[in-house]
Amino acid sequence: MLNYLWAAMLLLGIVWGAINGNMEAVTNEALDSAKEAVTLCITMLGVMSLWTGLMQVAQAGGIIESLTKKLNPFISFMFPEIPKKHLAREAIATNFIANFLGLGWAATPAGLQAMEQLDTLNTNKGVASNAMCTFLILNISSLQLIPVNIIAYRSQYGSANPTLIVGPAIIATLISTAIGIIFAKIMSKQTYKYKG
Amino acid sequence: MDFIVYISNFMIPLIIFYIVAIGISNKVPVYDEFVKGAKDGLKTVVGILPTLVGLMVAVGVLRASGFLDFLASLLSRPAGVLGLPAPLVPVTIVRMFSSSAATGLVLDIFKQYGTDSYIGMVASIMMSCTETIFYTMSVYFMTVKVKKTRYTLAGALVATISGIIASVILARFL
Repeated sequence: MLNYLWAAMLLLGIVWGAINGNMEAVTNEALDSAKEAVTLCITMLGVMSLWTGLMQVAQAGGIIESLTKKLNPFISFMFPEIPKKHLAREAIATNFIANFLGLGWAATPAGLQAMEQLDTLNTNKGVASNAMCTFLILNISSLQLIPVNIIAYRSQYGSANPTLIVGPAIIATLISTAIGIIFAKIMSKQTYKYKG
Repeated sequence: MDFIVYISNFMIPLIIFYIVAIGISNKVPVYDEFVKGAKDGLKTVVGILPTLVGLMVAVGVLRASGFLDFLASLLSRPAGVLGLPAPLVPVTIVRMFSSSAATGLVLDIFKQYGTDSYIGMVASIMMSCTETIFYTMSVYFMTVKVKKTRYTLAGALVATISGIIASVILARFL
């Protein structure tokens, strides 16, 4: 799926650029984007290791465990197939908490750890398990409660009331997440029938 | 506004303070643990670098070719049916690929139409309730070498589209 998507983006972009005479821009953009990816990773190296370091301290201090306990009923509801006390629960809880707080940069490392943990439970390697699908849909449906970045941009661009959107943003986030949950629930029930 | 900025300024230092304070009081060798964890962070970032290079080049090529603009103009009529103003169509599409590129387009909209216009409001709410679908999916799935993503994309699109519809409707009440 990703192989085809990636190939389609590149091939389409190159053909489209050739037809519309944008080949120079395409060339520059390809090289610049590769450079930008490395720059982004270098910036991320510091932030990521700061966060994963702190998370290690939090885990050793028992903070993650107590937060996971609080989120456990929700995690059990969303991911009935994860055994009790499995490490995946902690990673998922950390990812959700970082998402609620709008710490996108912190949500990714925990999210990747959660995927690795979910992979240990996956019996059919290379194929997404129900838990993985649900986890990704929840992440993409956006869990952020206060859109700090957008508020900052709004005030920077002279809004009379930058925080006016907080209420609607929370409602819209709840709606998209609720619909994502319903969709994931329906699909995971359906596929159970086939898999047995 | 001041209050929320105040809170968000405090959030990260408070989290660090809390984690370290609890750790020390539970007699955790905090610095040793930190170094151990930081090493994992390095590994994670180095691990996603190839994915990131591949993805950002593909998005960059697609954007530079002018295809994304074409797609936006093509979709402006069906988007109008949903009540989505035409200037927001490119943002909606780019949002699925790249958060920073979408932010750039939103700032353009703020400049052109104003933050508190209807278009500015829809853009603000929409950015708050959606995520970058393709970036998240490829980074997360590539970490565990999953090739068949089953209903993830469908679910992500359903959630995103309902978020966009909600933004269009909610902005009318402001």
